[in-house]
Amino acid sequence: MARQLSGQNETPLLEVKDLQTGFKIGKDYYNAVEKVSFKVDRSKIVGIVGESGCGKSVMSLSIMQLLPQGIGKVRGGEITFDGKNINKLSEREMNKIRGKDISMIFQEPMTALNPVFTIGYQLNEVLLNHENINKKEARQKSIALLKSVGIPRPEKIVDEYPHQLSGGMRQRVMISMAIACQPKLLIADEPTTALDVTVQAQILELLKDIQKVNNMSIIMITHDLGVVSEICDEVIVMYAGKIVERTDVVKLFEEPKHPYTQLLMGAIPKMDERKEVLDTIEGLVPSIKDMPQVGCRFANRCPKAMPECITVTPELLEDDVDHEVACLLYENSKPLERVGGR
Amino acid sequence: MNKIETKKGSIQKKGTDKETLLDIQNLKTYYPVKGGFLKRTIAHVKAVDDLSFQIKKGETLGLVGESGCGKSTTGRTILRLLKPTDGKILFGGKDITNISGSELRRARQDFQMVFQDPYASLNPTQSVGDIVSEPLKNFKKMSKKELKEEVLDLLSRVGLPPEAYHKYGHEFSGGQRQRIGIARALALKPKLIIADEPVSALDVSVQSQVLNLLKELQGEFDLTYLFIAHDLSVVKHMSDRIGVMYLGNLVEIATNESLYAEPLHPYTQALISAIPETDPKKRKNRIVLQGDVPSPQNPPSGCPFHTRCPMAKEECSKIKPALKEVKPGHHVACILY
Repeated sequence: MARQLSGQNETPLLEVKDLQTGFKIGKDYYNAVEKVSFKVDRSKIVGIVGESGCGKSVMSLSIMQLLPQGIGKVRGGEITFDGKNINKLSEREMNKIRGKDISMIFQEPMTALNPVFTIGYQLNEVLLNHENINKKEARQKSIALLKSVGIPRPEKIVDEYPHQLSGGMRQRVMISMAIACQPKLLIADEPTTALDVTVQAQILELLKDIQKVNNMSIIMITHDLGVVSEICDEVIVMYAGKIVERTDVVKLFEEPKHPYTQLLMGAIPKMDERKEVLDTIEGLVPSIKDMPQVGCRFANRCPKAMPECITVTPELLEDDVDHEVACLLYENSKPLERVGGR
Repeated sequence: MNKIETKKGSIQKKGTDKETLLDIQNLKTYYPVKGGFLKRTIAHVKAVDDLSFQIKKGETLGLVGESGCGKSTTGRTILRLLKPTDGKILFGGKDITNISGSELRRARQDFQMVFQDPYASLNPTQSVGDIVSEPLKNFKKMSKKELKEEVLDLLSRVGLPPEAYHKYGHEFSGGQRQRIGIARALALKPKLIIADEPVSALDVSVQSQVLNLLKELQGEFDLTYLFIAHDLSVVKHMSDRIGVMYLGNLVEIATNESLYAEPLHPYTQALISAIPETDPKKRKNRIVLQGDVPSPQNPPSGCPFHTRCPMAKEECSKIKPALKEVKPGHHVACILY
């Protein structure tokens, strides 16, 4: 832990620069993630929000290099993890990082676990792969890990199969597997979407605790603004493969700047107010094939759209201290005066 | 039996301002568990266990609870898609518990359903026009021209363009498919619509469109809703009264305002406290329930919630509390009251 803290505190743990990920449809590649840049600081929880198809999961798969082979491809940009460029690593080198330094939990705990192996077998696999220990020690450690994520009777559960556990318990097993080697970064892709609210509350508490104890960073991918406000420090809002807004969680909820973020907030029914009609966003996300190449991608659904929104591409730049937004309503997002400088 | 008959009469008269449309009395739905060499019934899953409530005309009753609590089974039993094990379902004063065949089919004109999964609930081989006109073909004598006019009218009411008529389900997005499902449910101008998690498969921006539509149609068609969902904020937005279910039992039922302002049952309190707060400054100390919902095949004795209840006392494992009216219109099944 001390080693991790000393020295390199200033450099962010993960830095993604101009990431472009494309999918092959027919003969051509179409970008599902278009020039996305962000960074994740050490021991911070960063939320990535957006609706289905906005590219949030594709982005996490790009970082992990788990894109479907032959179909998805990182087509540009740089991913720097812990000071090291990882997007050019070979499969073999990446295997050393995956599961050890960066690990991931998925939405569907039933499909993410292998049904024909015991919980213990699957946990041991991670430990034996990345750590220099024997089978007996691995089993001991597996039991300790299961205990640390709040699984009752861990010495029994370790010999059970995934189908014998409930959804919440399976997600706990997934988390124990992900934190087995004390990763520096945990990517959680919709970890509570398949769970009931009371179980969701348990899992969120658990993630918060683990984050504090292990001092790791978490990228929390979700469509639920409630989950974001509950555990994240920083939030990235994505729309159609691009980041539209990035800021501190309190600022985002107090003063959402991008019209998309504002509408998204108005669309969720709130517990402490009653309104007859919820905000809606008319129209649909443009399909990946006919994504506008210039202009704002939200322009065709935006109630505040101006004529220039179709011709000028907004840039994600700071409008306020630590509050970036990509919308032409804000002076800084207009690329005009900067064009000459380039 | 006689006793229940008379009870029904009195409840209907008691309905102060509006008449009762749906009256559920001691409804039970058990699923048999088969096992052994001869595949005999060896146990029952008590999916719905002794449920009673009423829905007044024009009202929206929300049913909430976690997965496996029996809320969908309740909806399906009321539609008589499942046969109730015991109890009574009275719809508009008529007993529909045991009717069958053509009588049941005719009765079903008045209650329709909107399903959760808009991808699975539309027949992929039928065009939208066929899907929406099917209920009309079955019950109404209409010429082809009238039929088409009626369907186009329905489509426009749910916000779909006339071009949709000749298209197929897969050509639409999730929200639009849900609109097709709603148009189909509306075709026969039903009195009651049972909406089983109608928005849980949709994105938030689309979810709000469908919720707004359902509210709008309620006024337009004078509909009564039984709105089943697991999302408490959605249920709060939609409902006039809300029932909270746990392991096949109704543990609390009250008006919307009363339930959220002052939840009485420890389970309701935990459920409301578990909702993520949408204000990051108000991160709260929540009541985090331990463990999972017990299996309905082997429910705990006494109060079904006592195994996870933070306020459980010794007698909770012995006595099963009945639903009691604690405040006007606020019923709760807990020994604390």
